[in-house]
Amino acid sequence: MLNELLLLWSEQPAISLAVWLSVLVTVLYLAREPAHLLIKSTGRAIYRFMRSAARAVAHIEQRAIHRNKEIILAQGREATEKFIEREFTRINEIVARDLSHYPNLHRELTDAIERLENDYQAATDAPPLPPEWLSVVQTISELPRQGDPVVSSILENIQDEVVTAHEETLKAYQKSSAERHRLLGALQPQWRALANKLNKTKDVVAITQERADAVDKHMANYEAIRDHEDHIARSLTASSLTQFFIAGLVLFVAVMGGLINFQLIAMPMAEMVGGNTYTGGFKTSDIAALVIIMVEIAMGLFLLESLRITRLFPVIAQMDDKMRKRMMVISFSILFILAGIEASLAYMRDLLALDREALKQSLAGVSALNAEFRWIPSIGQMVMGFILPFALAFVAIPLESFIHSSRTVLGVLTVAVLRTVIISLRLVGGFAHQVSKMLVFGYDMLVTVPLSMEKWVRQGVQARRDRDIETTRQYPIEPYLPLEDADEIQEETVTVSEKPKRPRKRKTPDLDTDLALDKS
Amino acid sequence: MKILLVSLALATLALTLSACGQPQPTNKAVFLLVDTSGTYTEELNKAQGILNYLLATLDSGDSIAVARIDSGSFSEKDVIAKATFDERPSMANDQKRVFKHDMDQFVATIKTGSAHTDITGAILQAAEYLQETGAGEKYVLVFSDLAEDLQKGHIRDFPLELNGIQVIALNVTKLRSDNIDPRDYLNRLALWQKRVMDGGGHWKVVNDFDRLDRLIAINAMDEI
Repeated sequence: MLNELLLLWSEQPAISLAVWLSVLVTVLYLAREPAHLLIKSTGRAIYRFMRSAARAVAHIEQRAIHRNKEIILAQGREATEKFIEREFTRINEIVARDLSHYPNLHRELTDAIERLENDYQAATDAPPLPPEWLSVVQTISELPRQGDPVVSSILENIQDEVVTAHEETLKAYQKSSAERHRLLGALQPQWRALANKLNKTKDVVAITQERADAVDKHMANYEAIRDHEDHIARSLTASSLTQFFIAGLVLFVAVMGGLINFQLIAMPMAEMVGGNTYTGGFKTSDIAALVIIMVEIAMGLFLLESLRITRLFPVIAQMDDKMRKRMMVISFSILFILAGIEASLAYMRDLLALDREALKQSLAGVSALNAEFRWIPSIGQMVMGFILPFALAFVAIPLESFIHSSRTVLGVLTVAVLRTVIISLRLVGGFAHQVSKMLVFGYDMLVTVPLSMEKWVRQGVQARRDRDIETTRQYPIEPYLPLEDADEIQEETVTVSEKPKRPRKRKTPDLDTDLALDKS
Repeated sequence: MKILLVSLALATLALTLSACGQPQPTNKAVFLLVDTSGTYTEELNKAQGILNYLLATLDSGDSIAVARIDSGSFSEKDVIAKATFDERPSMANDQKRVFKHDMDQFVATIKTGSAHTDITGAILQAAEYLQETGAGEKYVLVFSDLAEDLQKGHIRDFPLELNGIQVIALNVTKLRSDNIDPRDYLNRLALWQKRVMDGGGHWKVVNDFDRLDRLIAINAMDEI
């Protein structure tokens, strides 16, 4: 068919092809103007459509950004409220524990100070002085005796009395000094006790101050969140992304633990539910093992939820304390029972492995060997079977972080995807616009020959016309004509030669309104 | 719109139901035929090794049977032992021990070979058993030199029905006459291959016991 068409004009393919080309070029030349319009309008239509689509997606992107900000700020607000609440609880505990005894402490301090003051006063009491008349007596006793034995005896007696009185005074002074020293010595532990109490009070005040600083910091964050400040939103987003990756890593570790757990109980499960029954293409024993692991994780979730460590289920969080404690006990009991079942299954697995190994050796004709320390892996498997369920129970904590942070991560990813879509749409639109221009030029290249011919013809016609006008100007021809005709020709000549040249209109550039808007 | 939604719901339900349909059985059934004719009894120790390999390979839910090939093999009397392993692994292990014990006893008691060799009858007997098991994979292991020697009056020249059954010839020993003209051996193998293939079965020959793992592509013992 194609060959027949090709050879339609001539038996010679080259000639026929040349004719076809000529026909094609002619048709293209004739359809040049509408073809240009078609290509340009198509390009512009694609361009405008893409720009409109990009604007629509940009609108969605803005909404997504706004939503992400709202979510992250809401999460941040909730977290900050929890922080502040916790800090206030701590301050309350400190006040209740340490500062509630402040009246007692104050009384103790006052008593201690009073005792110290009294003791101090007691320590500063002066010892009793010798009586005033003693100096008179001493003066008399020191009078000259003048050989009178009676007087001498009296004076000696007086002197003895004076000496005795001095000695008694000295003894009293010494006793008083000892008493003062004792009182001053007793002051030391009281000072120390007082200093200790004041130090403790200082520590309590310092801790309270520290907590108060933390509260101030969280309050500043809270105010920033309330004011929808961008820097806090960025900070919270970064924190959320970090949480996402950390929680993801911990969840991956938990999944690995779950797989080990599965391997531990899948095989002995065949003893309970059969090893050759299938449910939906999977071994029933494998499904049963998976169900046990899932139930353990679910019980762990409920347990941590009842303990108010996680907040995945508002229903549990809203329960009254009595019901919550019941739920805690029930979920822990089920978890404990399942851990016990797992431990027994792990032991059964070990027994089955031993039995299988013995059979294998028997089939191979090898006598069974009693391996030493075989109990170690048995105990290890049992312990692992018991511990892993409890370890898996704690998966609730990273799971909660993962779920909460995944909202932010998904939002960020959505915005990134939307931005990529916007850029792609704009690129495609611009590319279509440019391609349409290129196609116009390409089209003209296909019809270069007739276009060149047209150009030559136009130039020839224009040149002849110019020559005629010039000739008419230089050598005006005055043919012999009737007067009326001559006037008409004269008018025509004047009209042609003196026709005022119209100022060439400047072609208005074809501006792209969208681009212009974008640039503005 | 309502009709469209109902149609969509029905289509989803149909897809779900079809996905939850009865799964194809994945268990295996193996029937080991042991030639007890003539001097082939000397090869019975090898048959024991193959049986041990099978017992180690097969798992819960699989079936196994052992029968001897003698003068008239299309009979239940020739079945030495058969078992379908329990779903519980511990019970399956006990069954394997019992099975091995039965086979050991059979090998110990057999002294002289049968006068004739009815391989066709034995294969028919095996095919009947395997079809009854409804297993997903069915194997007939023929431990013989494949030289059939029928008793007078026995009719065995009819097509075999072996749809979905893999027939594996094991330890096909060369006869003295094969050494004189090896074409006899090749013709014998070709004849049995043709009969099995015409009956809808698959044919394979394994003479090298170091490649027993190619018999059945499972490794149940490696699961632990």
